[in-house]
Amino acid sequence: MTTTSVSPQSTPNRLEKTVIQPTPPSLFSPEFVQETLALTRRLFIQLQRRPATLVAGIVQPLMWLVLFGALFKNVPEGMFGMSQTYGQFLCAGVIVFTAFSGALNAGLPVMFDREFGFLNRLLVAPLASRFSIVLASALFITALSLLQTIAIVAVSFFLGAGLPSALGLGVVALIVLLLVLGVTALSLGLTFALPGHIELLAVIFVTNLPLLFASTALVPLSFMPAWLQVVASLNPLSFAIEPIRYLYLHSDWSFSSVVMQAPWGNLSLGTTLLLLAGLDLLALVGIQKLLQRKLA
Amino acid sequence: MAPAVLIENLHKRYGSREALRDVSFQVEAGEIFGLLGPNGAGKTTTLRCLCTLSAPDSGRVEIAGVSVLEQPKVARQLLGYVAQEVALDKVLTGRELLQLQAALYHLPRPLIAERIHTGLQRLGLESWADQKTGTYSGGLRKRLDLAAGLLHDPSVLVLDEPTVGLDIESRRVIWDFLRQLRDRGTTVLLTSHYLEEIDALADRVAIIDQGTVIAEGTPSQLKDRVGGDRITLKLREFTNAEEAEQAKAMAISLPFVQEVIINSAQGNSLNLIVTPQSDALFELQKALKEAGLPIFGIAQARPSLDDVYLSATGKTLLDADIAASSQRDLKAEQKQRMRSRT
Repeated sequence: MTTTSVSPQSTPNRLEKTVIQPTPPSLFSPEFVQETLALTRRLFIQLQRRPATLVAGIVQPLMWLVLFGALFKNVPEGMFGMSQTYGQFLCAGVIVFTAFSGALNAGLPVMFDREFGFLNRLLVAPLASRFSIVLASALFITALSLLQTIAIVAVSFFLGAGLPSALGLGVVALIVLLLVLGVTALSLGLTFALPGHIELLAVIFVTNLPLLFASTALVPLSFMPAWLQVVASLNPLSFAIEPIRYLYLHSDWSFSSVVMQAPWGNLSLGTTLLLLAGLDLLALVGIQKLLQRKLA
Repeated sequence: MAPAVLIENLHKRYGSREALRDVSFQVEAGEIFGLLGPNGAGKTTTLRCLCTLSAPDSGRVEIAGVSVLEQPKVARQLLGYVAQEVALDKVLTGRELLQLQAALYHLPRPLIAERIHTGLQRLGLESWADQKTGTYSGGLRKRLDLAAGLLHDPSVLVLDEPTVGLDIESRRVIWDFLRQLRDRGTTVLLTSHYLEEIDALADRVAIIDQGTVIAEGTPSQLKDRVGGDRITLKLREFTNAEEAEQAKAMAISLPFVQEVIINSAQGNSLNLIVTPQSDALFELQKALKEAGLPIFGIAQARPSLDDVYLSATGKTLLDADIAASSQRDLKAEQKQRMRSRT
């Protein structure tokens, strides 16, 4: 153990020295937990003092539910598969799209930290692992998405969409989590790969709505022309939307229930979960190299 | 004992621009060391390499014998870094920022409140601690940033242009504080392009120009090395050129005068370099009187750090600063600041 050097003229009123650790703490040490919690706390303080993001994040999906629900209200029953009303059909789409948008924006605050130099404050600190910066963002966005999901589920219930079973709700939460994790990872990867927030916003802008329209969020696969069916059935958003929709309609679900009939084959609930987990793995591995280079 | 900071043969290139070409200097424990140079000389790049924000292309960087490149995490524990542009989260209060900082440096929880209290007290920030940093003035922001940089009691405090853009009062507060810090045993390394700041604060100084160190020593050593005293002579408030030339011809014939320059930007005043001798001023006045020339003002001074810079580079620091700022690519610098470890 070495302590920091003290020169001969130092006086007794000097602060007691911090012990320097010659082998610094690493991933998942108490130090890692300490820094991750502190970084997460900062994001929650920001949210509390500037609640506009939270308010907009709750109001926007509810407007989707009400306005989009009204738009297609007069479509004859039975057009949307087993859903009784369009509102019931739409609910799953709004849950997933809201979580997706939130996660896609996860990189923005980090980008501003980069641009304003706040990130340098973190980078000169002896962090146990700079992965804590990524994890703090992921924790924050996940908590936010779950809050939004609860709000959407509650309002949908009052609009007559019904509720999945208790266990079903658990699976809904799991699906949201899996989606948010992967997309947050991608967004943070972009944050360090792109030169500035203008470029990041451009990417978000270009990805967001097209992915929504090329998914089963607003209409079922059967509505779409053949080519769009192929695109939508490969869109990760659909892998999240379809199982949630299924859980809303069936209380007697199992992991082998077929939730999606893609042009290229049937997907079970279990398969969609595995696909989402695979997407997470891909995203995490994909950005790991980049983050290691930029944040090592 | 290993020096507090060792920088040896540091090279760093950004694309085609050579930001650092062979920078070497040493900072001893317990001193204030100043890195002086015009904008764009490589001061910030050197500090970025020291603080693990940039990796140099080649060279040695050590803090108290710890290699920054090999053991960056240990080096970061030894360092406190106060950047030129204060980046505070404006929604956080001062105290919350310090709490975050404490966690980033893994201070033991029982110690945190006490450390923050001491830090706030030492920088006179107690009454501001629970205000959002967005409401702080420039001086307050800098003081909070200093408190943050010192929270883990680093053995070396690194400051990039600590008083740039601050009012005179804030500047004085920070100077006093840095001196106190040095007296308590903390090593301080700071950059500045203010001659006055380096002269007032630094125990030792390295002058850096175009990516390389051109002089190193205590301020008085450097001045002595330049040699000669400076005499500024004004014949009239605004002297005409003819009279100034006449005085120049007379002065240069005096045995103790080494060089005479007519400064047309200062109303044709004369700048003389003379061998240091106590009666130079008196002898000059006598000679002027004999030649029938008037005297509006006359003053003798030891060489300044600016003279040191002038003799090493052939231009004054101010000129170099102006030249650098007209050539700077601010966009590229912004990019460079955002870059982490490339």
